[in-house]
Amino acid sequence: MEIYLDNCATTRVCDEAVQACIKAMTLDYGNPSSLHKKGMEAEEILRETRRTAAGILGCDANLLTITGSATESNNLAILGAAAAYPRAGKTIVTTSVEHASVTNAVRHLAENGYNIRFVNPRSDGNFHPQDFLDAVDEDTFLLSMMMVNNEIGTILPWQTVIPALRKKYPKLLIHMDAVQGFAKYPLNVKRLDLDLLSLSGHKIYAPKGVGMLYCKKGIRLKPIVFGGGQENGLRSGTQAVQLAAGLTEAMRLCQQNRAAFETHYQMLNARLRDKIAGMDRIFINSPENGAPHLLNISVIGVPSEIMLHFLESKGIFVSSGSACSKGAKSEVLKAYGFPEERIRSALRISFSKDNTLEDIDLLSEALIEGAARFRRMTGA
Amino acid sequence: MNELILIKYGEIALKGLNKGSFEDILLRNIRWRMRDMGHFKLRKAQSTIYLEPSDCDTFDFEEAIDRLTKIFGIASISRALVVEKTLAAVLREVCAYLELQLSMVRTFKVETRRSDKQFPMKSPEISAEVGGEILSHFPGIKVDVHNPELIVNVEIRDFGAYIHAGSIAGAGGMPVSSSGKAMILISGGLDSPVAAYMMAKRGLALEAIHFVSPPYTSDRALQKVETLCEKLVPYTGSIKFHCVPFTEIQEAIKEHCPEELFTVIMRRLMMKIATTICKESDIKALVTGESLAQVASQTLDALYCTDNSTDLVVLRPLIGMDKTEIIKIAYQIDTYETSILPYEDCCTVFTPRHPRTKPKLYFVEKAESGFDFAPLLEQAVRDTVCKTITL
Repeated sequence: MEIYLDNCATTRVCDEAVQACIKAMTLDYGNPSSLHKKGMEAEEILRETRRTAAGILGCDANLLTITGSATESNNLAILGAAAAYPRAGKTIVTTSVEHASVTNAVRHLAENGYNIRFVNPRSDGNFHPQDFLDAVDEDTFLLSMMMVNNEIGTILPWQTVIPALRKKYPKLLIHMDAVQGFAKYPLNVKRLDLDLLSLSGHKIYAPKGVGMLYCKKGIRLKPIVFGGGQENGLRSGTQAVQLAAGLTEAMRLCQQNRAAFETHYQMLNARLRDKIAGMDRIFINSPENGAPHLLNISVIGVPSEIMLHFLESKGIFVSSGSACSKGAKSEVLKAYGFPEERIRSALRISFSKDNTLEDIDLLSEALIEGAARFRRMTGA
Repeated sequence: MNELILIKYGEIALKGLNKGSFEDILLRNIRWRMRDMGHFKLRKAQSTIYLEPSDCDTFDFEEAIDRLTKIFGIASISRALVVEKTLAAVLREVCAYLELQLSMVRTFKVETRRSDKQFPMKSPEISAEVGGEILSHFPGIKVDVHNPELIVNVEIRDFGAYIHAGSIAGAGGMPVSSSGKAMILISGGLDSPVAAYMMAKRGLALEAIHFVSPPYTSDRALQKVETLCEKLVPYTGSIKFHCVPFTEIQEAIKEHCPEELFTVIMRRLMMKIATTICKESDIKALVTGESLAQVASQTLDALYCTDNSTDLVVLRPLIGMDKTEIIKIAYQIDTYETSILPYEDCCTVFTPRHPRTKPKLYFVEKAESGFDFAPLLEQAVRDTVCKTITL
């Protein structure tokens, strides 16, 4: 039995995407930069990827760059913008709950003379729009905020923050890391007037190794990788056509079923919340109004890793925070102000289109069994 | 151009009647470590091993020397030019062979060793001749006998004359397995790999024993310990790795013994299992990474209780070392970064809040006797999984 509930880390590639990858590797295997027909066919695959993403984001397909990951997209957005606007302000505003690829990119800029201001959630666990307005000033050249937090699922208040900042600081660059929300929840980059947006394929049933970056018309970026000048010079290196082909199919699937998938996540989420409500000292760390495709919980008295491996022994796969940090204590949960015993025992359960209510019920039973067994051992 | 590597041994040279067997072990260890380096010949004479590649042009001297620096029993290593055993030949070759080194320094001196006493000139005379030859080719440099930037070595030996620009320090110690075999208790922390390294240096071959407690410990923690063993293999040779399932024993200690004695009882039961496995293959010693007073289980009283659970020799090479000294060696042998990876290991999960720092053997034995651990220990030995970690 395998119950995979770590879909914020990565997802199983959907069959349509697998078929598209195989086709691109065996039939349309040309180099998209080649002049001949084989090359043009491969290039068409990339165009289709951009068109599909553009359809979801509500933008012009030419404004999308295909990258190797959302980490790369975030780096290109932040470092590329800083390099392109050397005379702009020297302050960057971001949040304390960003993915490491944003946090470490801005830290790198901090070493080169930029001031970094972190917006924190308030004690109620929510971000308040006013805190963003207070953090940004005339010297701020970039705001980078995520769409949905990857560890607890908070939906950040970009819907109010961005229009307000636009009005007050028309020159401010606004970047969004949309990895955990893209193709799951509605988002229109044009209406929101975003400058930069990063997305990833493997969180939405596409293969690992492909991401994209949206960059608004008129916004300049300097590349961070140099070479043959592919992707309008922004991202040199032969494009991974087969991964892009997979991404196209995955995006199509998510777009066609967006509402149904969201309802499905909501159903699973509600079931798990319901089950946990009746459990002894198991708390939900995710906010009530968070993104439904994940739920962060704490089984008080049982360190995350122990419960994770116990669940694993039953064929149930969850995460102890974000998979990218491989076991390190969560800085994000700390930023949200959770007490130590909640952080030590936090688990992230994240759903896919393929999970069932039965999966949730089996997880719930296992949580109860594990809690009883390990609390006895740890004396909690 | 005909080059070779001169491998000189230190401590073995001082041994008496056993010298020959130690040399053979060292030769065997070198041969094992070099087995994929292409064709070469090894011969020994005058406390030196001559490693002579069949084809000097394709032989990777740098890689070979790097590997040799990790083989215990070697005092120094030099890459040298082989020349005919005449002064004329030495003078003819020396400037061309060391041109690069000589062109980068301002001062030098020549040191000659003449172990072939049949050679007609004495060492100082040879040095003077060679020095003169070098000065005539490199007018910009001077001789400085006290503090030279470069020492040009000329060795007149039985098989020929050798020219080199100094030697690299070897790992020292005694050849692995010249002192027999021991079992290292390895946890995944900083200390045990360093302890393994230190005992291998004194000539012990090693097997390793590691205790896993899923789900309290993860596959990643096991993977980490295996990685540590892999990093040790260049120094220790292949390691037979015993992985002991320990979950039920830990849970039983937790349930049936006083919390403050948890760690000392756990250590004793680990020693008992290790002892049983050692006896199966006639291993006479256990090695641990304990350092006196580092943690509660490493006080003198705790060590007394631990030692009482085994009749094997317990070797604790780190017993008198500070953490900073241990970390220094961990960096040197490249185990530090792996050791500090943050996975739970079996020692951290159940750690009592207030462990007894001065446990009394009588009370520990009494606490243990409240539960029959023997069947669980036997089961653990039976379920132990073995594999060989090698290069």
